[in-house]
Amino acid sequence: MKIIVLVKHVPDAQFDRHLTGEGYTTDRNESILSELDEYALEAALQLAEARGGAKAGNQVIALSMGASGAVNAVKKSLQMGATEGVHLTDSALAGSDAAATSLALAAAIRHLGTGAPVDLVLTGMASTDGETSLVPAQLAERLGLPQVTFASSLTVDGGRLTARRDADTYSETVEASLPAVVSVTDQINEPRYPNFKGIIAAKRKSITTLSLADIGVDPAHVGHTGSWTTVTAAEERPPRTAGTIITDEGDAGIKLVDFLAAQKLL
Amino acid sequence: MANVLVFIDNPGDALKKSTLELLTLGRSLGETAVAVNGDLHQDVSATLAEYGVTAVFRPSAQDLDDYLVSAKAAYLAAAAGAAGAGTVLLDNSPEGKEIAARLGIRLNAGVITDVVAVDADGTAHKSVLAGSYTTSARATTAVSVLTVKANNVTPEPASVASAPETSTVEVPADGTATAARITAREQKAASGRPDLSDARIVVAGGRGVDGDFGPVEQLADALGAAVGASRAATDAGWISHDAQVGQTGKTVSPQLYISAGISGAIQQKAGMQTAKVIVAVNKDAESPIFEIADFGIIGDLFDVLPQATEEIKKRKG
Repeated sequence: MKIIVLVKHVPDAQFDRHLTGEGYTTDRNESILSELDEYALEAALQLAEARGGAKAGNQVIALSMGASGAVNAVKKSLQMGATEGVHLTDSALAGSDAAATSLALAAAIRHLGTGAPVDLVLTGMASTDGETSLVPAQLAERLGLPQVTFASSLTVDGGRLTARRDADTYSETVEASLPAVVSVTDQINEPRYPNFKGIIAAKRKSITTLSLADIGVDPAHVGHTGSWTTVTAAEERPPRTAGTIITDEGDAGIKLVDFLAAQKLL
Repeated sequence: MANVLVFIDNPGDALKKSTLELLTLGRSLGETAVAVNGDLHQDVSATLAEYGVTAVFRPSAQDLDDYLVSAKAAYLAAAAGAAGAGTVLLDNSPEGKEIAARLGIRLNAGVITDVVAVDADGTAHKSVLAGSYTTSARATTAVSVLTVKANNVTPEPASVASAPETSTVEVPADGTATAARITAREQKAASGRPDLSDARIVVAGGRGVDGDFGPVEQLADALGAAVGASRAATDAGWISHDAQVGQTGKTVSPQLYISAGISGAIQQKAGMQTAKVIVAVNKDAESPIFEIADFGIIGDLFDVLPQATEEIKKRKG
């Protein structure tokens, strides 16, 4: 199988995050591999391993789009066990919205599918920075592929996949033919940590760098100029401050209800 | 001609409050048409007229629910064309966002999700980076697609009712050709509580409940609230993962968020810091949750929550 996993280098949510510059883009200092993408990578590794792994010709290609730092998301993926890394980087990509991002990623996936076609594109359920979860569906629409989003389980048998999706009020079983775009939730597996062997092995794996010219995308169709949405203003929310703190002396439940009544919340 | 299109997926017997909000918002932006999928009940048609809807579109196919999203996106794109829509409004559910995503590509239209307000010029307002910023954004394309969060508009019927005409829209075949098929669907047991994402009040429990969500659920029921949970509580298997609030779960913005036995690690805070009022109950006075709580109680949730539940019942008489 040839599986592409989309991995994103995102600001670590453990720290304060900021929007900067004219286009209010995310400041990517203190960035890490998006936690939600680790589940997609783990799902890809398990599918590949069940088919005999890299020795049997199974490829797990970690693809990241972004500025120079994004290569770190690819490196971490290689340490976890991806067989190859691809870094799509071009200054014209800066500020791409979901539509422009999906345009560039679709072109990169087509490019990587020359020779041996891609069987599966796996992604996380959302990025932890943009949080829109638009890209997997837009990628599927652009590639003309079935999408299976928010999969909490995934099996592949021959040319078909079966997935389970859990919504608030119902669960679904979904079937699609390959190739397909699948996004997975954090319920699908427990991602592995890179071990020492994996970290050493990753040093020998190659990372291919692609530019927009390599994948045949006009720079005018991506970045700020190629995006279909624009952010016109951004304001940092004032930090919440602590209010009244009391220690329970046997009547805190009643004081809580008094507070709710005073706030007209009952 | 209508220039706003609202998507209504399987309305059932009566329109949901969030749909009425979309219709009210739509009317503030222009003439509003709706694209309905599924049965159209007589009462629903009457409500659409009350809300001033000028046209109702229905799909030529009845099986859109059998496919994952793409058939609905294809239908909605055709309906947007028929309506001459410059703006398409959808609810902000995961499915609403995905339909919007595919629709955006079909219409060459910018998509903005998690919208809380829209100005007359189409500028949309939302909150990003887990509530740490509020931003204004707009589509630079001829058509814009917006998914709107619930509870941000007060539903109001139109001053003059309309008499919308119903017409059928042909569903393009390519919407189903390569689509994933839904082969089984099981309804989960209804809890009778409001949906977490739209709830006005959320009571959430964390590690401190130590396996017993009883006091959290009882307080939630007394308040008519939804039940939420931290990741520690869902990972421990004490409650379904659907209840998870936070960075990797649901982001909620209720009027009131009551956090019980949750320390308030940053991912948890991220999921609820747009709540209007935050109440925290925790034994540990050092918990970070107290830094952001409007009302904090240092105490045992097994004492405080049942006492509050009793008091609410007493006052509600």
